[in-house]
Amino acid sequence: MTDLILTPNLDSADDFYAGLLTAHEGLDRAESDALNARLVLVLANHIGDAEVLSQALKAARLQDN
Amino acid sequence: MNKIFETPLYAYDRSPDQDASTPVRHKVIVIGAGPIGLTAAIDLAQRGVEVVVLDENDKVSFGSRAICFSQRTLDIADRLGGGKPMVDTGVQWDAGKVFFDNRKVYEFNLQPEKGYGNPAFINLQQYHLERILVDRIRALQAEGAPVEIRGRNKVEAIGTHDDHVKLEVETPEGPYNVEADWLVACDGAHSPTRRMLGLDFDGRVFEDNFLIADVVMEADFPTERWFWFDPPFNRGQSALLHKQPDNVWRIDLQLGWDIDKEREKRPENVIPRLKQMLGEDVEFDLEWVSIYTFQCRRMERFRYGRVLFAGDSAHQVSPFGARGANSGIQDTDNLCWKLKLVIDGQAPELLLDSYSRERVQAADENISMSTRSTDFITPKSEMSRLLRDAVLDLSEHYDFARPLVNSGRLSAPCTYTGSSLNSADALNGPDITRPGSACPDAPLGDAFLLPKLAGKFTLLTIDADAPDSLEEDGVVAKRLALSVKDDPTLDLKRRYLGDATSAVYLIRPDQHVAARRDNFEENAFRQAIRRATGKE
Repeated sequence: MTDLILTPNLDSADDFYAGLLTAHEGLDRAESDALNARLVLVLANHIGDAEVLSQALKAARLQDN
Repeated sequence: MNKIFETPLYAYDRSPDQDASTPVRHKVIVIGAGPIGLTAAIDLAQRGVEVVVLDENDKVSFGSRAICFSQRTLDIADRLGGGKPMVDTGVQWDAGKVFFDNRKVYEFNLQPEKGYGNPAFINLQQYHLERILVDRIRALQAEGAPVEIRGRNKVEAIGTHDDHVKLEVETPEGPYNVEADWLVACDGAHSPTRRMLGLDFDGRVFEDNFLIADVVMEADFPTERWFWFDPPFNRGQSALLHKQPDNVWRIDLQLGWDIDKEREKRPENVIPRLKQMLGEDVEFDLEWVSIYTFQCRRMERFRYGRVLFAGDSAHQVSPFGARGANSGIQDTDNLCWKLKLVIDGQAPELLLDSYSRERVQAADENISMSTRSTDFITPKSEMSRLLRDAVLDLSEHYDFARPLVNSGRLSAPCTYTGSSLNSADALNGPDITRPGSACPDAPLGDAFLLPKLAGKFTLLTIDADAPDSLEEDGVVAKRLALSVKDDPTLDLKRRYLGDATSAVYLIRPDQHVAARRDNFEENAFRQAIRRATGKE
């Protein structure tokens, strides 16, 4: 069983974060919300594994297992 | 107007029961000659159980109503002699388009999965199905089967007793009394039986109105299912277009709860919307318009002593996913063999409580599935709408998002997980055929598996030995001996063996798996028959 990775795992944390901010530049609130929603769905599909996704939902709600 | 709506299909005819000095007692009375009541009557009559169907009307139901019939329904109809005419009359389709706002987001083409005798579903107007089922009852009567339909026989009062029910029935020639050992109420969402017995119908998970129109188009319009999310002509709601036989197209416009029904139904309000859906140049005739209201709910139990509820009288769901008539037909499929065994004294009355438990489980599954569809189609919160719109926007660009688009999941048979009729799984086999599952079909050369499961207990052996029949306390399971070699496509192996090299299945008369293991062990299967008939 795969576990959700909750230790540092990004190739380049600062670059990713900057890219995330850039993606939202010039968008109004509704457009940004829509972008975030699409991003969640794209990433969720990439992960695929139901167990990992379920752990991710818990982690995002700041709930420890 | 279509003649089928005007001609009585089971005209009133005076019954000798009306002249009897004391009320005549029947084995089973079914109330309601819709698809569910007729199916129940055919199933019981084929099993030799004497049955009378009472209906306050004498014609098919008006308008198309239930129109999508699933593979499981067709498999059941095959056993009842109605499957072939349904498939021959019905429309099969595999292509569709999904629209969001004012644009088409994607098209799809369902590649039907191979290795099943019946298509995944057909579209067929309810009135065609009712006619097919009445034809079947006429054929059974001609063979001397104990079945009767009484038109314009309206049940006005019901008296329940420990071992029978008494009915007061109104006819064009006045009232009469009649009795039955068992009563099956298939009298629809507004079930007068339920009301007369003072039983509740709880739930109300959500409620909605649909404007349903049957449109006749001679034009060469494609055989596709079109589904609109939040279209300009029906803001915040959904719309559906799909094809039925006879150049009739069915249009479902979701209207929401708080609407003026009379205003919405007027042709001057309906026709402009239809033009926006179909295109300004498309010529059509409006055959039928109706507003359909539903609430998601079910009765607490489907058995109350000698009265059994089946179909919409017992449970109601949203129309997304075709779970109304399909689940009702599965109710009768579950009920009739049990009722036959109880009437013949081969099983305790307790077996009928398993009808209630198993079909309550199915109703809850259907309510849950259609609630998910409804949550997608009409989001209930701002975030729910945001996520729904994100799925639809992504679906325009990427395949991955399309399975998330939920405009109704086609009804699949319920697996009776945890049912007291199941024996513990003793085969390292596929999940889809674990105890409680409806048997999936499989090809056997030129034939198919399901028609060989003849509505009785079956001991299906695949590359395993077993006696030709096994009798336990009056209940007989006949052997059906197969080998993986009987199916070169290997669907039989994939669906029934998995990693196992041999298997023995005990299959119930409704084609659900009661028990399975890798070899025939007599005591285990004797016990499995006892469990499956409510004796353990």
